[in-house]
Amino acid sequence: MHGQRSRFLTVMITVGLAFFYIPMILLVVYSFNYSKLVPVWGGWSTRWYKVLFQSEEVWSAVSLSLKIAIVNATFATFLGMLAALSMVRFGQFRGRTLFGGMLMAPLVMPEVITGLSLLVLFITLKQVFGWPENRGFATITIAHITFSMAYVAVTIQARLTGMGQSLEEAASDLGAKPFKVLTAITIPRLMPALVSGWLLAFTLSLDDLVIASFVTGPGASTLPILIFSRIRLGLRPDINALATIIILVVAVCIAIAALILFRQQQRDLLDQQLAKREE
Amino acid sequence: MIEKSNVNDTTWHTDDKTKPLVQIKGLTKKFGDVIAVDNIDLDIYQGELFCLLGGSGCGKSTLLRMLAGFEYPEAGTIKIDGMDMSNVPAYERPTNMMFQNYALFPHMTVEQNIAFGLQQDVMPKDEIADRVHGILKLVELEDYKKRRPQQLSGGQRQRVALARSLVKEPKLLLLDEPLAALDKKLRKQTQFELANIQEQVGVTFVVVTHDQEEAMTLSSRMAVMDAGKFKQIGTPTEIYEFPETRFVADFIGSANIFEGRVSEDGADHVIVSTNVGEVYVNHGQSIAKNKKLWVGLRPEKIHLSITPPPQIGPNQIMGQVEDIGYLGETSIYKVRLKNGQIVDVTAPNQRRPMSRTHSITWEDAVYLSWEPESAMLLIS
Repeated sequence: MHGQRSRFLTVMITVGLAFFYIPMILLVVYSFNYSKLVPVWGGWSTRWYKVLFQSEEVWSAVSLSLKIAIVNATFATFLGMLAALSMVRFGQFRGRTLFGGMLMAPLVMPEVITGLSLLVLFITLKQVFGWPENRGFATITIAHITFSMAYVAVTIQARLTGMGQSLEEAASDLGAKPFKVLTAITIPRLMPALVSGWLLAFTLSLDDLVIASFVTGPGASTLPILIFSRIRLGLRPDINALATIIILVVAVCIAIAALILFRQQQRDLLDQQLAKREE
Repeated sequence: MIEKSNVNDTTWHTDDKTKPLVQIKGLTKKFGDVIAVDNIDLDIYQGELFCLLGGSGCGKSTLLRMLAGFEYPEAGTIKIDGMDMSNVPAYERPTNMMFQNYALFPHMTVEQNIAFGLQQDVMPKDEIADRVHGILKLVELEDYKKRRPQQLSGGQRQRVALARSLVKEPKLLLLDEPLAALDKKLRKQTQFELANIQEQVGVTFVVVTHDQEEAMTLSSRMAVMDAGKFKQIGTPTEIYEFPETRFVADFIGSANIFEGRVSEDGADHVIVSTNVGEVYVNHGQSIAKNKKLWVGLRPEKIHLSITPPPQIGPNQIMGQVEDIGYLGETSIYKVRLKNGQIVDVTAPNQRRPMSRTHSITWEDAVYLSWEPESAMLLIS
């Protein structure tokens, strides 16, 4: 009975994982395909990697995407932190519920609507103030900040609520002025949430196709826009090569994160043992 | 009215009795519709170890937080050393607080935690180092200064928290349940340590606690709080031996309570007629005749015997032992009186139970008696 059930579980988990990973494995394998036609196997080769590295179009898209993602993540984390702080630490100010609702709205707003409304905003701004002259890096970054900030705010808000206020009160009690409390206590304590908020905003931006498509202009293609337009023109194996590199980068990042987490757990365990010895 | 010369907080004797360190007047704090602190007046003097004792939600922590500057009152004033604190934020008050769960900064070492407060003032680095060293010595944690709080035991963390709050030499140290997070044995030991340290440094302590034993051992004076008000303020002895109300008598220790009326008000005594007989009290309280009041008797102040007392008189009741609780050092006897009321009596177990065959046991008819100074008169 028990053996049967565990066999059932094994099968289910295998099928499930296969469903996730076989497409990725295929993608990686086909990135080494010599043939120009994606579905036709033409033997092993790294020619598409060479093509990829020589393609200026791809590299400008990658660098634009990374630039946007980094600037976006930094601003979104800063603004999201301020929003979370005012939600959690400023008590019941007037309009708090409204502010909280408006802060969370981008989470549930369809991307198409966000994208469209921002496009309308930028067009109006251009007519009234003459800025932005061209849509591109600046407009995409602003658009990304507006929606990813909400995600960051939620992450930080959860951490702030969980942290309680006594450490900040203790610092203030010991004579630290509010700004000092923020820099010496709140921000160091928030660091894990700030880092994960930053990474979340970074990923959201790197990943976004819909909103970026709305607010971009001629000549400014982010990586997702480039990939998507390439696919419309017909799949080419150099995109597989690009995807393989992205998978590799993500895998390395996850491994590093896991290592950090593991070392932190080891440290906590050691601390506990040390504390126990003092009892 | 009861007039007791020794139960009055204004008679607290200090070197500087003209000017209290802390003056609280008409202090009120509401959270929504709930009144946490209700129009409180209190003076605390230099060098006192003052305990605020009460159950959860009685307003004791709110009062402490208002002293620290974390909460602002709806009405009333707090003066510390003559200065009005109304517009003084927490970081500028001459107070420091020891938090219930210590609130040690987990990303700093013991040394950094303690130095944090000094670094907020303009102070040369070597003086900071000197003072951190001195306070670490006081709490005997010199060898642990490089550790982080997570690497310390509960008792050590408690001492770091104490050191951190003392190092700035505040005029007033506020302690929120300072011993609640320790286990029972360590708590008892730490109670005395805390009182010793207070004596050494001479700083005025205000301690919030829900533990009556802690309040009794620690404090030089204490206030019993309930529903945002003070029920009674006095030294531990005054509160225990001369509670003014049934609430206080029952909150601190336990008490058997009988309702009665004053039948005789003499110069040196009062006689109260209760439903269990006459109670003769000789501790100089003066009460109007016929006034309704309650008589409280502490279980340990009642003498239990099988043989009748040598003289028939007041302060004697008969009953039957209904139950005995053996607690080791003492036993609790539940004695049922003729009117059905159960009276608790505690007696020390000076002999081992196996030689108790001739002593009091279940169903025995017993005489309860007490000294004339033992009964407590409770006005409400």
